[in-house]
Amino acid sequence: MTDIASKYDPRLKSRHASEKRFKAYGILAILISLGFLALMVTTILIQGIPAFSKNYVGLTIVFDEEVINPDGDRDPAKLGSANYTKLARSALRKLFPDVKKRKERRKLNAILSSDAGYELRNMVLEDLSLIGTTKQVWLSASDEAELYFKGQISTELPEDQRKLNDIQIGWLDTLTETGVVDTRFNTPFLTSGDSREPELAGIMGAVLGSFFTLLVCFVLSFPIGTLAAIYLEEYAPKSRLNRLIEVNINNLAAVPSIVFGLLGLAILLNTFGLPRSTPLVGGMVLALMTLPTIIIASRASLRAVPPSIREAALGIGASKTQTTFHHVAPLALPGMLTGAIIGMAQALGETAPLLMIGMVAFIVDLPGGVTDAATALPVQIFLWADSPERGFAEKTSAAIIVLLIFLVIMNLAAILLRRKLETRW
Amino acid sequence: MDMQAARVDLSKPVEIMPEVDKITSRDVDVFYGDKQALKQVNLDIPARQVTALIGPSGCGKSTYLRCLNRMNDVIDTCRVTGSIELDGQDIYAPEVDVVTLRAHVGMVFQKPNPFPKSIFENVAYGPKIHGLASSKSELEGIVESSLKRASLWDEVADRLDEPGTGLSGGQQQRLCIARAIAVRPEVILMDEPCSALDPIATAKIEELIDELRENFTILIVTHSMQQAARVSQKTAFFHLGELVENGPTSDIFTKPQDERTGNYVTGRIG
Repeated sequence: MTDIASKYDPRLKSRHASEKRFKAYGILAILISLGFLALMVTTILIQGIPAFSKNYVGLTIVFDEEVINPDGDRDPAKLGSANYTKLARSALRKLFPDVKKRKERRKLNAILSSDAGYELRNMVLEDLSLIGTTKQVWLSASDEAELYFKGQISTELPEDQRKLNDIQIGWLDTLTETGVVDTRFNTPFLTSGDSREPELAGIMGAVLGSFFTLLVCFVLSFPIGTLAAIYLEEYAPKSRLNRLIEVNINNLAAVPSIVFGLLGLAILLNTFGLPRSTPLVGGMVLALMTLPTIIIASRASLRAVPPSIREAALGIGASKTQTTFHHVAPLALPGMLTGAIIGMAQALGETAPLLMIGMVAFIVDLPGGVTDAATALPVQIFLWADSPERGFAEKTSAAIIVLLIFLVIMNLAAILLRRKLETRW
Repeated sequence: MDMQAARVDLSKPVEIMPEVDKITSRDVDVFYGDKQALKQVNLDIPARQVTALIGPSGCGKSTYLRCLNRMNDVIDTCRVTGSIELDGQDIYAPEVDVVTLRAHVGMVFQKPNPFPKSIFENVAYGPKIHGLASSKSELEGIVESSLKRASLWDEVADRLDEPGTGLSGGQQQRLCIARAIAVRPEVILMDEPCSALDPIATAKIEELIDELRENFTILIVTHSMQQAARVSQKTAFFHLGELVENGPTSDIFTKPQDERTGNYVTGRIG
């Protein structure tokens, strides 16, 4: 009788052991990479989430006609240029009547954002009946006050090493105790443009800039890329020249992106004189970068269409072009779109080429089109990370969160699109 | 000769033209790069009959078949010399358009390859691109008659909108035959049409081939000796790129002239 158990024992043991060992290595590798990913995401979330809340100080503002419109004629020009900051500051001073010295007053004023005056002005311009009334109004706190409210300024530090001195902290505590400090969702962060003041800076400008840049990039690179892929895959004869083109497209995919930026600077800006810092030029440069990705992905998806489909169409007398556009291209389209979306996601995260063509400027206004000066999300992150104000640290992380959300959405869209449109044969 | 005028008109009764050669090929050589796949093939294909091409794998029978509708044009390295004439017209003449040629010479492939579209679309595609139907109802008529001739109508009449890829293998192959005859060709080339099918589906296809013989000239490449004997009137035996022997099917199987043919049909080589 054959004894299966004992006969192969010695070698079997080591074989099983090596199998187990290999599995363990694999799991270890995955755990390590997941660990790094988790570390990165957690750090960014911890640093960035506070930026999505914003502190407001509630002040009882006297909309004094003497200050806003002494002439009483309601002339918009005069209303617009009145000293609203004075209204905010006098309301704040009423809460702390003991503050007399000039220097201390300035410290007290630093609690409010420098934007407080504009906030009041906009309220008055919207509703003229406010003039002459008294009303509680919630105004933005300054970035330093906000840092304190969010617990990011430690009172244990020596006074000369922090932005707020003991007296200011005392005022802030008093404000909190009297219940005139409110924390709300930071809508302005999502809807406004960049600012020198961290408490006012928003990402909308960068988001719009990225959107217009990607729009130009997609409009240029998708048609060109897919048509190039269709030609190379379906029409081009297998000649030496076409092999050379193929190799060079693959090489192009490996060119560092900053080189494309230099090319854009030299050719698009200097030779053709296109407007600098604009999504138009940014999109063109990124299109150069995305093209090889789209071409390679599109060719792969064309190659995945079974040859029997081409034969079937040719066999009943369809021309080459009919075969390609009625049968092959529609079947390859999901793959092409996936490639395009992945290319777009790459382009969305690209910073270096945009620096070269001047999309790194400080731009407060929201761009309204592809020829308006703009910045892009990753460049905005770069700009904020470079800013000395501490308030920008959390903004940087928050902008990264927004960028990551967009990237995840795009990749998810690519996967879903593929699932939905995929044809089985 | 005008190819358009020569197209089979399905509405009129079929004229019987026995023993007229539909296709004549003279000194056909085919090269794939430096490799010669066919050597000096001279073969006549009679009209409205089934001609079977048999021979071991790699003998060039499929290559010959694909010369007849110029499917070999797709392969960059493939070169065809000699003359192949369809109704006396050289199909490799420069003025002949492959698209028109393939409308006259349809093809059914080894693996059923319906388009991943609806059953209706599969059959309607050919008539559409060749402009054979001027109205929607005419197109529907063509689809229905083609499916009926392919003996598939009864099975799919109530689900023409369903994808053709959802049918069984045998049904898919009959759909491909319907798709081919919807263009109203004169010749139908079949490249091992039953090799991916079970015996029952095969029997149905063979029955269908026998019916189609009334209207079409059919060439079938097959590995099955029984199939060749069952469906064909004429058989050509290929071996290593050469046409060894051709003649009436009964002669090839009962009294082959060449020793290689005899060995092959009796199963000694192949």
